[in-house]
Amino acid sequence: MAGVRLQSLRRRFGDVVALDGIDLDIASGEFVSFLGPSGCGKTTALRLIAGFDRPTSGRVFVGDKDITGVAPNKRDIGMVFQAYSLFPNMTSVRNVEFGLRVRRQGRGDRRTRALELLELVGLGHAADRYPHQLSGGMQQRVALARALAIEPRLLLLDEPLSALDAKVRVQLREEIRRIQTRLGITTIYVTHDQEEALSISDRVAVLSQGQIEQIGTPAEIYGAPATPFVAEFVGTMNRIESTVADPDNGRVDYEGSSLAVDAARGRQRGERVLVLVRPETVQVEAAASSENGLTGEVVSQTFLGSVTRLRVLAGPAEWTADLSAERAAALPIGAQVSLHFPPSSAKLLTLEGGAAEGLEAAAADSVE
Amino acid sequence: MTPRRFIAPSAVLWLLLGAAYFLIPLIATLIFSLRSNQTGTCCTLENYGTIIHDPQFLKTIKTSFILSLETIFLTLVLLVPTVYWVHLKLPRLRSVIGFMALVPFVIPPIILVVGLLDVYKGTPTWFYAEPYGFLVAAYVILAFPYMYFSLDTGFRSIDVHTLTEASQSLGAHWTTTLVRVILPNIKSAALAGSFLTLAIVMGEFTIASLAVFDTFPIYIQYINQNKAYPAASVTLLAFAITWAAMVALLAAGRGRAPAAQGAR
Repeated sequence: MAGVRLQSLRRRFGDVVALDGIDLDIASGEFVSFLGPSGCGKTTALRLIAGFDRPTSGRVFVGDKDITGVAPNKRDIGMVFQAYSLFPNMTSVRNVEFGLRVRRQGRGDRRTRALELLELVGLGHAADRYPHQLSGGMQQRVALARALAIEPRLLLLDEPLSALDAKVRVQLREEIRRIQTRLGITTIYVTHDQEEALSISDRVAVLSQGQIEQIGTPAEIYGAPATPFVAEFVGTMNRIESTVADPDNGRVDYEGSSLAVDAARGRQRGERVLVLVRPETVQVEAAASSENGLTGEVVSQTFLGSVTRLRVLAGPAEWTADLSAERAAALPIGAQVSLHFPPSSAKLLTLEGGAAEGLEAAAADSVE
Repeated sequence: MTPRRFIAPSAVLWLLLGAAYFLIPLIATLIFSLRSNQTGTCCTLENYGTIIHDPQFLKTIKTSFILSLETIFLTLVLLVPTVYWVHLKLPRLRSVIGFMALVPFVIPPIILVVGLLDVYKGTPTWFYAEPYGFLVAAYVILAFPYMYFSLDTGFRSIDVHTLTEASQSLGAHWTTTLVRVILPNIKSAALAGSFLTLAIVMGEFTIASLAVFDTFPIYIQYINQNKAYPAASVTLLAFAITWAAMVALLAAGRGRAPAAQGAR
């Protein structure tokens, strides 16, 4: 097992910069996800690590070894693809054996090892079936066993669950994590599904436009997004553009209403900021405004199973709030409600170009 | 229980018409071939005897058969890696090659053979004066479109990229990938291309005649001009032999591989 280091990794395709200088250290045995929308560079990064593509500049290290120029078949990196990667002409067990066969391991040894791995992924009974006789989820299990058979130094998974049903997806991702923990293998997992990334990773790297926006534990990514992009992409977030009104008491001004936000303390007066509030922290009541409150009208209700999601038009923006089903039942569409959230729960980000506006406001203040 | 398939009467009619179109000439040829070459009366197998005991028959059919195998072998060796590479790395070249593959159809054989004779003038006699050299060079060109389009379809039906990358990540060199992973999955396409090539080479007359080589079609033509009744029997024999060769190829190609159907 070995750690991975990416050193200012860049990849350009003509004029398009797919990967714009990525630096990343992954510890041995760590499970790291690359999360981002399509075109963010996550798959490019994975392909550079696997060796299917060469970087325009930068280096890839596995352990202490620089593998930037090493051919993909000499890297000892296991890879699981999105779909259709099993060799159609071979049974499951022969698929799993393939890497060992290429390494000229004896017939008996490799068969034993392949069967062990199929057992590990719960497919001991399907060893003699061909890929077209297996379901999508089973195919991906075989693909995982096949990647693990060569005892790789690093395991790469390229959206391995994206072609599967929701239920199989959840079940299989838990299993991938279980196997990964058990084998202690360093793993990089590429996905565009934030729930998937947050649920199985040690750390998540959120990518956008070829750069890492933020890297951190799932709790950090979810609870303290570092940029507006991360806030937008990970989970659902209320994003409220407002102005710091009273840095001493932690208050911002949102369309004439004063909201208490602890994070606004110590900011510059007049600074344009983005207040981030998770829907589950927003409280909705069918009454007039109270402390830290806004009034609005319920626009829609969506039943999501464990919670009911309300959209409330308050000021120019629509707020999203997740409530228990019973509480939501008391707030039908059209009801006048008040919204509030705990001042400690909201996060604050400086808006792009907000600094200049802040300075202007400060100048205006000093004139007065 | 699945309901019994009902075949519409009109379908039966068309089927019979189609069958008649193919079978009547064959049956007529068969009856004709059974007449005695001396008396013109039915029914004797002596024409078949004459042909089979004619040393020229065995010699030319052997020549044509070896030519087919050589052509099949060469086109496969040339085209399988090429089409693989084009699908993997140069997909934009597909349309260019597709256009090139049409060239043998639009160039008349007479131009092709005159041009080739000129191009290969001065090459060693073992190549220039032998069917296994010069003719094969010409037949590879003729077989190119048939083999190319078969292989192209075959490669399109598999995920060349993913399979190649999966194989590479497991440590396989690209030649191993080609032999162990890609070839078994395009086998039916390669077989189809090989059948077409076999049929073309076994029946090719123009180039062989113009370049003055004794191949099987030349022999059939010779018998046709000289012996009316044996000509019919040689035609039927050619038909049977070509079919037998195809069945043999099919059997050789199938081996112990599983049916490729639905293998995606």
